[in-house]
Amino acid sequence: MNAFHALSDSLVIAKRNLIKIKRVPDILVFVLISPIMFVLLFSYVFGSAIQIPGGSYREFLMAGIFAQTVVFGATFTGAGLADDMQKGIIDRFRSLPMSRAAVVMGRTASDVVYNVISLMIMALTGLLVGWRMRGSVIDAVVGFGLLLLFAYSISWMMALVGLLVPSVEVLNNASFMVIFPITFIANTFVPSDNLPTVLRVFAEWNPISALAHATRTLFGNIPPGTPEPTVWPLQNPIIYSIIWAGIIIGVFAPLAVRRYTKAAKKG
Amino acid sequence: MPNIENIIEASGLVKRYGEVVALDGLDLSVREGSIVALLGPNGAGKTTAVSILTTLIEPDEGSATVAGVDVLRDPAEVRKLIGLSGQYAAVDEHLTGFENLDMIGRLYRLGRRRSKTRARELLERFDLTDAADRPVKTYSGGMRRRLDLAGALVAESPVLFLDEPTTGLDLPSRQELWRIIRDLVKRGATLLLTTQYLEEADRLADDVLVIDHGKAIAQGTSDELKDLVGGERLEVKVTDATYLPAAREILSRVAVGELQDDERPRVIVAPVSGGAPVLARVLADLDVTGVQVSDVVLRRPTLDDVFLVLTGNATQVVEEGAKPTSTRGGAA
Repeated sequence: MNAFHALSDSLVIAKRNLIKIKRVPDILVFVLISPIMFVLLFSYVFGSAIQIPGGSYREFLMAGIFAQTVVFGATFTGAGLADDMQKGIIDRFRSLPMSRAAVVMGRTASDVVYNVISLMIMALTGLLVGWRMRGSVIDAVVGFGLLLLFAYSISWMMALVGLLVPSVEVLNNASFMVIFPITFIANTFVPSDNLPTVLRVFAEWNPISALAHATRTLFGNIPPGTPEPTVWPLQNPIIYSIIWAGIIIGVFAPLAVRRYTKAAKKG
Repeated sequence: MPNIENIIEASGLVKRYGEVVALDGLDLSVREGSIVALLGPNGAGKTTAVSILTTLIEPDEGSATVAGVDVLRDPAEVRKLIGLSGQYAAVDEHLTGFENLDMIGRLYRLGRRRSKTRARELLERFDLTDAADRPVKTYSGGMRRRLDLAGALVAESPVLFLDEPTTGLDLPSRQELWRIIRDLVKRGATLLLTTQYLEEADRLADDVLVIDHGKAIAQGTSDELKDLVGGERLEVKVTDATYLPAAREILSRVAVGELQDDERPRVIVAPVSGGAPVLARVLADLDVTGVQVSDVVLRRPTLDDVFLVLTGNATQVVEEGAKPTSTRGGAA
C-alpha cells in the first residue's frame, strides 16, 4: 500500500513542520505581519490615490493581495526544504523505511496550513479596513479554496527550487526575482487593459491574473460597469486557474520527489 | 550466496568522488550478534562504507548484503532491518526528545500507540526522562548523542550502524555511551560502529577492522591485532636529555628488538619480554647508574602501535594531511 504509506508518512512530517512553527514563534510573526502590512499599505497608499469608477479600489485590491501573498508564501516551502537538506535530520529520514516522497509531500502539506493562517489574517485585516465579500458563502469558500489550491501548486514548484539551491539565502533571492514580476504583470493590483501590448497579453494569460480575477468575481468585488473580459482565461478564470494548478503539480511534484531522492543520495 | 552467519557482507566496495577514492575495494563481514569496529583515521572511508551499507549512497563497484538482503537491489527492504545513528546527531532540534522518537517510531510504522510507548521506554533507558518534553535545542552535546542513539533503537532493528558515536564528546559522556552500547549487544543486536578512537574499538568491539585509504588492512580481535605488533614494551622517560645515552644503553641490554625513540621528548621505548623481572632489573640498573627517570611503564602494545605498524609509519600519515589519530593523542 504505497500510496497509503506515502500519505501517512507525509502527515507525520507535516506534523513535525507545524510543531516547528509553534516552537519558533518568530516564523509565525512574519507569517502574520507581512499580510497585514500588505493589506494596510496597499489599501491606504494606493487605495487613496487610485480611483476606480463606480467601485472601491480597496475592494478590487484584496483579491490581488490574496493571490500575491499566497504565491509569495510558497517561498516558505522552498526555504523549509533547503534548510532541512542542510541538517543532520535528513540522514535519519533517508535511512528510515519511510516513503521517499514524504519529506516533500509533508512540507507542501504543512504549508497549506500556513497559507490558511495567512489568508485568515488578511481577510480579517481586510474586513477591518472596509473590504466586504458580497457573494454567497459558497462563493467565498470556493474563492479561498482556489487560492489554497493554486498556492499548493506553487509550493511544489518552490519545493523543487529549494532542493536545487545550495542555501536558504540563495532561494530567497532567486524566488523574489521570479515571483515579484509574475505577480505584478497581472491584474493583481491594477486592471490590465491599459498595459502596453506585450505586457497586456502576458497579463491576460498569466494564471495569477486568472486567480485574482476568479477570487475577485467570487467575492463580488468587480466594480459595476467593468467591461467583460475578452480573453478565454479571464472569461473562465476558475477553470483556467485549476488547469494551471494541475499542470504545475503534475510537472513539479514528480520532479521535486525525484530531486529529493537524488539529493538524498549525494552522501 | 549470502553467508547466513555473516549478517553484514560487503565485497569489493569502491566509491569515488571525482579524483578522490573514498573506498578502494573494501571487503567486510560481520557475524550475527557481534560488535565490529571500523577503525581508521579521518578520510579512511569509514562513513562512506556505512553510508553504502545503510543505503544512503550507492557504490560505484562492489556489492553488499544486510541480513541476506542486497543493499543495491532492495534498499527499501534493508531500511526495515537497520537502525542508524550518524556522525552528526540526526535529531530535530525544534522537537522535544519525546517528539523526535515518536516521529521516528511512526516513520518505522510502529503505529501510534507503540511509537509513544517505545519513545517513553527509550527516554527512560537513556536517562532523558526529565528532558523528554524539552526541545532538543536545549540539550547538551552528550544528551543529543544519546537521543540520536535512541533513535537508532526505536524499531529494535536487528542490525545497528553507529557512525562515530562518541566523536566530540567529553570523557564522562563517552563512557556513558560505551556502557549503553555494550548493553545493546547483550540484547542480541549486531553492531557495526566506526571510530577513530583506538580505545573505543578496544573496549567495545569483538572484532576490529582497520581501514586506511578506503581499504581493509587488517581484521581480528584487538588481542590478535596487538599480537601482530609483538609483545610487551617498556617505556622510560628521563628527567633530562643528558641521561638519554645511559638510559638507552641500559634498555638495550634487555630489549628483544630495536629501541624506538618516541614523539614525546626524553622517552625511549624498548620491546621486551619477561614482564616484571625485566622491569625490576631495569629500575635497578637505572638507579645504580644514577639516571633520573620521571616515568617508567611496562605495557602491552596498544591499538595505536598496531595502527602505526599496519599503516606504515607515522610520518606518512602526517604528510598526507590525515588527522594523526595513529599517534597517542587519539587514544589517551
